[in-house]
Amino acid sequence: MRRLRPLLLLPLLALMSGCEAVVLSPAGDIAAQQRDLLVWSVVLMLIIIIPVMALTVFFAWKYRESNKEARYEPDWDHSTHLELVIWAAPLLIIICLGAITWSGTHLLDPYRSLDRINKGQPVAAGVEPLQVNVVAMDWKWLFIYPEYGIATVNELAAPVDRPIRFHITSTGVMNSFYIPALAGQIYAMPGMETKMNAVINRPGKYVGFSANYSGDGFSDMRFAFHGLDQAGFDQWVAGVRADSKSLDRETYLELEKPSEKVPVLHYASVDEGLFDAVLNMCVEPGKMCMGEMMAIDRKGGLGLTAVHATWPLAYDKYARRGEAVLGSGESYVMAICTPLEAEKAAVDAGRRRQELAAQITRSAPTEQIMGRGLTRPGQASRTEVAAAGWPFAPRIPAPTVADAPSASQS
Amino acid sequence: MSIDHIASLIFGRLDWNALPFHEPILVATFAVVVLGGLTTLALITRYKLWGYLWTEWFTTVDHKKIGIMYMILGLVMFLRGFADAIMMRLQQAMAFGGAEGYLNAHHYDQIFTAHGVIMIFFVAMPLITGLMNYLVPLQIGARDVSFPFLNNFSFWMTTAGAVLVMASLFIGEFARTGWLAYPPLSGIGYSPGVGVDYYIWALQIAGVGTTLSGINLIATIVKMRAPGMGLMKMPIFTWTSLCANVLIVASFPVLTAVLALLTADRYLGTNFFTNDFGGNPMMYVNLIWIWGHPEVYILILPLFGVFSEVTSTFSGKKLFGYTSMVYATVVITILSYLVWLHHFFTMGSGASVNSFFGITTMIISIPTGAKLFNWLFTMYRGRIRFELPMMWTVAFMLTFVVGGMTGVMLAVPPADFVLHNSLFLIAHFHNVIIAGVLFGLFAAINFWWPKAFGFKLDKKWGLVSFWCWVVGFWVAFAPLYVLGFMGVTRRMRVFDDPSYQIWFIIAAVGAGIIAVGILAMLIQFAVSIINRDKLRDETGDPWHGRTLEWSTSSPPPNYNFAKTPIIHDSDAWWDMKARGYERPIDGYRPIHMPANTGAGVILAGLSTVMGFALIWYMWWLAALSFFALIAYAIFHTFNYKRDYYIPTETVQATEDAHTKALAAAAAKG
Amino acid sequence: MSHAASLNPDYVDEAGRPIYHPVEEPHHPEGHSTMLGFWMYLMSDCLIFAMLFAVYAVIGGNYAAGPAPKDLFDLPLVALNTSMLLMSSITYGFAMLAMVKNRTAQMQTWLAITGLFGLCFLGIELYEFAHMIHLGATPQRSGFLSAFFVLVGTHGLHVTFGIIWLVTLMIQVWQKGLIPANKRRLMCLSLFWHFLDVIWIGVFTFVYLFGMLR
Repeated sequence: MRRLRPLLLLPLLALMSGCEAVVLSPAGDIAAQQRDLLVWSVVLMLIIIIPVMALTVFFAWKYRESNKEARYEPDWDHSTHLELVIWAAPLLIIICLGAITWSGTHLLDPYRSLDRINKGQPVAAGVEPLQVNVVAMDWKWLFIYPEYGIATVNELAAPVDRPIRFHITSTGVMNSFYIPALAGQIYAMPGMETKMNAVINRPGKYVGFSANYSGDGFSDMRFAFHGLDQAGFDQWVAGVRADSKSLDRETYLELEKPSEKVPVLHYASVDEGLFDAVLNMCVEPGKMCMGEMMAIDRKGGLGLTAVHATWPLAYDKYARRGEAVLGSGESYVMAICTPLEAEKAAVDAGRRRQELAAQITRSAPTEQIMGRGLTRPGQASRTEVAAAGWPFAPRIPAPTVADAPSASQS
Repeated sequence: MSIDHIASLIFGRLDWNALPFHEPILVATFAVVVLGGLTTLALITRYKLWGYLWTEWFTTVDHKKIGIMYMILGLVMFLRGFADAIMMRLQQAMAFGGAEGYLNAHHYDQIFTAHGVIMIFFVAMPLITGLMNYLVPLQIGARDVSFPFLNNFSFWMTTAGAVLVMASLFIGEFARTGWLAYPPLSGIGYSPGVGVDYYIWALQIAGVGTTLSGINLIATIVKMRAPGMGLMKMPIFTWTSLCANVLIVASFPVLTAVLALLTADRYLGTNFFTNDFGGNPMMYVNLIWIWGHPEVYILILPLFGVFSEVTSTFSGKKLFGYTSMVYATVVITILSYLVWLHHFFTMGSGASVNSFFGITTMIISIPTGAKLFNWLFTMYRGRIRFELPMMWTVAFMLTFVVGGMTGVMLAVPPADFVLHNSLFLIAHFHNVIIAGVLFGLFAAINFWWPKAFGFKLDKKWGLVSFWCWVVGFWVAFAPLYVLGFMGVTRRMRVFDDPSYQIWFIIAAVGAGIIAVGILAMLIQFAVSIINRDKLRDETGDPWHGRTLEWSTSSPPPNYNFAKTPIIHDSDAWWDMKARGYERPIDGYRPIHMPANTGAGVILAGLSTVMGFALIWYMWWLAALSFFALIAYAIFHTFNYKRDYYIPTETVQATEDAHTKALAAAAAKG
Repeated sequence: MSHAASLNPDYVDEAGRPIYHPVEEPHHPEGHSTMLGFWMYLMSDCLIFAMLFAVYAVIGGNYAAGPAPKDLFDLPLVALNTSMLLMSSITYGFAMLAMVKNRTAQMQTWLAITGLFGLCFLGIELYEFAHMIHLGATPQRSGFLSAFFVLVGTHGLHVTFGIIWLVTLMIQVWQKGLIPANKRRLMCLSLFWHFLDVIWIGVFTFVYLFGMLR
């Protein structure tokens, strides 16, 4: 047993030898505070752990069978005092740790706006956080800077010592947005928005990635995070603006298709409502936005009249890769047939849908699309558009029973 | 109708492309498995063992034999799960700076999923279920479990699940979603293949077995205890088993329900966990962890019982603080339902919710800490014999505290934000599962082997295995702690940063050392079986045991106890020995026993076929096997003759043989 | 601690020495733990329903801009359906009363009536499902409908198996009479049947009544 003890020190030794343990020496204030909590919890627990390990080794050695000197009391099995101690000692530690946890969790809540940018440096009055909208896609990261009207893929930059507020979502599956040098992670989930407030204190190039497995291209879902001084950041923004590409919805839908090892992309301009549409899963034309759907649901749904209006609701035209046996989408309108036919129909429907969608994106550029509840640049606001008409008014011909392959075809 | 249509009506999604000819690793494995399988079958046929296996093992309702079969299943699956681990370690040690390693994403993603699923569901679960099955009736002085047929059925259902997982290796694919298969990734939209379906049906079928076995053991402990054994006189292992089985019954239905809903999403196109149409993927994450966290304690609690028994036996002392140990176990049982959210602090719950679950998690460390102290003070003023079970226990105590500490670190939500899903987390849970569950199982195997087979295990090879495991564990997982601090996340197939590589190489070396430990353990079994006459124990009580299982012969007769014992003390056998108990040698009566039945094998076999048919969309076969299942179950209920009596003469003969052996052993010693 | 102190006072002989084996072996006849075991099974099943109720509570309001309970549920029909199941519970009770008095024929009659009520319940439920699907309110249409069909459908499946079991037991009673094994089985089915009744009351209240109020 004693031979084990040096091994237990292995991780500590390794850290002391100066490898780049970014979690323990981060460059952002939030991550640093999270590290401090980590260290505190370890210190508190060592108060118990070290005596336990020492006693284990000591007792194991002292009361070994060959040591006839040691006292042997085969029936000694109870001591109220001792039992009080062994319950109370961990309890006290946990009370301390619990208090630290409660306050630390609230102070370091990623949703909470920053009140300091570093130890002893409160956020200067009038400094607004840099807003960054983050979209986790299969398998790359899209960053939109609403203040600057630019967007990047797999590259993120921020000025040092300025609070950053991330609004995070995902296109299809769950990911986790994590830049260890900056702050702890938070999940990126489709149709939902998570937020994170953080600040970077040291300039430098850091690594960011998805910390939640999301499929084939997950390993390469990495991006560079540049902490820059203000001048450097301005220069970086200018560099992005110099690019000729613009991220409109058509481009976005193309980008959304699964791809791996995507190189850094810069977009000089971004469709203004794009992030909102991504978040509400309604980038594609003719689809109802989540927010709107939830508002309708709160009022009690749309009744039986809307029961067949499901085609425009189907999401994930691009990223989806399969259908259920009795798939959603339109397969429900079919009469009961064999599952095999249902499967075939679903596949056909998927193909048709792709073709149809491709035609639509070609023939109907974003300027001509009625909002489906979205704000069109320079046009009526969301509520006005939503109120303007029945949201299901099909812009795309909804497939009917006649479209579905009948049983006789197969 | 074309030939393709007919083929797909018959075979559903299954065709030649489902066989992984394009993966040389799998083809080689397949060849080895087929050769090995054929050799085994040929040997069984050659030595005419089919009848023996069928009547004595497959159809048995004897809890001891079922326990042993569970253990064999767990050990076999352990080899598969460990092979997955080695492959992952190799891949991660190789794939740096543009190198792709030797596994593509499709294969690698299946491997880490299969590793997790197999190790939890088909290694740890069968091993602890087997242990509980073997020991609980013996420890409470019973002759079998409450529902002997159900016990056999449960075992075969677990095996059926294992068979489906193994089939996925060679026919189609396994899930590529991680071991808990979070949607939307595991939904049909993003995982259209058969992998997730294999996952679902394997777990569903095995889950039926696990739930029924949990009900069975609770009923056994509640109803079948020997006279005088009040709840607070139960052996501590029986207590921990009771709590673990309560957890099983109160958590596995949650898994069943949540997997059923995922099944509905995948097969019927419902919208429980989809992104659109009002589905909610986070609901799955919550539900699966409401099962998943108690599951952790299902695995560890029985082993806490093992450590208690081992410490007390080899210290030659009563367990320190029996009562507080029992309360600690019960508190852990209850609290394990109040912590599930700590598995996803980073999903954006509010600070108050996160800190609530963080603190409840920390509170669990209090009873756990109390347990550690209890073991410590059991050793205090003892006479500690460092036999293998005790060595595993001390290794557990020293290793597990580190795992406990890293666990509490992860329970602090802000700290979890930087460590969640990292290799630190991986190191943490292997730290508690290997040091807690596996070391505990190895202690248990070394401890109770002589009871099950009548001879001790070879100590020399046991020591080799022990040191390889303990050293190998630290070499394999300490680097992962370090990598976690370097911000390396789990389930990565390739890496950019070359500075990680050295740590992954160390970890791979550690895995290699563990492999030697496993090999040494297999050698230990083989050597012990060969030298069984030298290692023979005639007394039935080779370790100066304390609980009732040591009062019978080794291996125990199929009726366990010729005369039911009366219990005066929680360490019943120790107490009996201390008071000069004399074994009765006559006055036996016929013993009422349950009869063997093949129904369990048949029902589980039909379930396997149904699962396979559903995975591959062979609807006709699924319907056929489903109706056959129902029909056979009904048919089985028409069999009212399910028991028999062992005549007095047989009992007398068996007991006389044991009397002679005891006398011979006494004369020798 | 002295040993004498820990002796179990119920098991000492006149001289105060411990007794280690009972004179009569404790009898564990077949089925002595069946009711306990079956209760535990019911509780585990109850947990499955609890999950389905919880899921319904979470996503039952997600209509995906489609129909809501108000648009779909026909309360009088559901009330009729509920009464079928409640009646079947009562008639099962009569069957059990007959069983206690060992009146086989009477019990079989009541069981048959119970089964018929169960079939009526299933028939009405299937009609309701078919009607909703015909309208287009399929389980695929929205989270609410998924949760509704699966919760109610799971209950319906249980009733189906209950009826199969009931028929099986009627045959077994007809073959073997009211032997202890059959009585035990009838008791188990009784628990199962009433359990389904209780679940249905939950369904009726939380899904149908609250749904109409929503």
